[in-house]
Amino acid sequence: MEEASRISRYLYTVIVLFVIWLFLTSSLDPQELIIGALFSLIVAALTYEVFTEKGLANLHPKRIAYAAAYVPYFLWAMIMANLDVAYRVLHPKRPINPGIVECKTVLKNNVGKLTLANSITLTPGTITLDVKGDRYFIHWIDVKDATVEGASENITKPFEKFLKVIFE
Amino acid sequence: MIAEIVGEFLVLFGTVFYFLSSLGLIRMPDVYNRMQTATKSATLGSLGVIIGVGIWAIGRVGSYAWLPKTLVIAVFLLLTNPISAHALIRAAYKSGIPLWEGSVVDKYGEYLKKEKEVSDETKEGEQ
Amino acid sequence: MIGINVYLAVIVVATLLSMYRFFRGPTTVDRLIAVDIMTTITTGLMVLFALYYKRAIFLDVALVYAVLAFLGVIAFARYLEGGV
Repeated sequence: MEEASRISRYLYTVIVLFVIWLFLTSSLDPQELIIGALFSLIVAALTYEVFTEKGLANLHPKRIAYAAAYVPYFLWAMIMANLDVAYRVLHPKRPINPGIVECKTVLKNNVGKLTLANSITLTPGTITLDVKGDRYFIHWIDVKDATVEGASENITKPFEKFLKVIFE
Repeated sequence: MIAEIVGEFLVLFGTVFYFLSSLGLIRMPDVYNRMQTATKSATLGSLGVIIGVGIWAIGRVGSYAWLPKTLVIAVFLLLTNPISAHALIRAAYKSGIPLWEGSVVDKYGEYLKKEKEVSDETKEGEQ
Repeated sequence: MIGINVYLAVIVVATLLSMYRFFRGPTTVDRLIAVDIMTTITTGLMVLFALYYKRAIFLDVALVYAVLAFLGVIAFARYLEGGV
């Protein structure tokens, strides 16, 4: 994948750092703002090379809209997952049926793969065990389908349609 | 007033999930299933408690400055908890802890075995 | 409604329950999971303490504690895997 220009990557890092600073200090005092901007500029100059590959293209409105839609979807999936797990913990017979399955993903980007792995870990009864290229090895607490296609259909498909737009 | 009720409800929700996660830690039969129940519930519990405190503080302390800071802590936990869960479960597998006897499939074990055979063959070819 | 003391008490009980798994084992990874859960729960406990004493500075303590706990668990996991 081709990299964006240095200026765009630098500006993107500055913006992200400054937003984090705003959240951490949670005040709009001019002194705080000036110091924050100064430190964002300095730290970004040191770190932008490892921080981002695409630069300002990450702030494309379509990507932000999909990210905003992804958050409530993900939170809902997470709450459902936890109610499911709570049911398994509290049930006297412990209805579990665990195993390690393999999934394939269509994502190419590293950050996208990381987000997919994290999302899988936090949702219904699955933990990412290892990622090799496009193969995900997943510990599933209730195996419904042990084949590669069936498992991918169940686990990775629902997230991919969001993550493909956000990160590719 | 509303902020206090919403915040307290979120804290209650999170506390329940904290309790469930430690219960899952005790009740499940092996490392992998403990990981399943414990990390997920603890992460959701943290989200509930921490953001709940941020909202509750609007009513109890009378300051809006708490909410952004608690959001930072919550997002940080949301990003790092799955990573530590993943690192731990891989450490468990690599240090040779077997799956529970009721487990159905183990694709990762098959994959590792195949990798090992391939690397052995290439080593023999070199000699 | 219920009051902040009750939540603090329940969270402490949850920490004690995970401490049972920490002492019981049987494998090293079991103990590490217990530590991971205990640190996550303790972060929540610190944030709740900040509200109890109405001091915003405790939030920063909780944030730094979360960072350090994450690093600690990762370091232990890498060590168990055999490549520090």
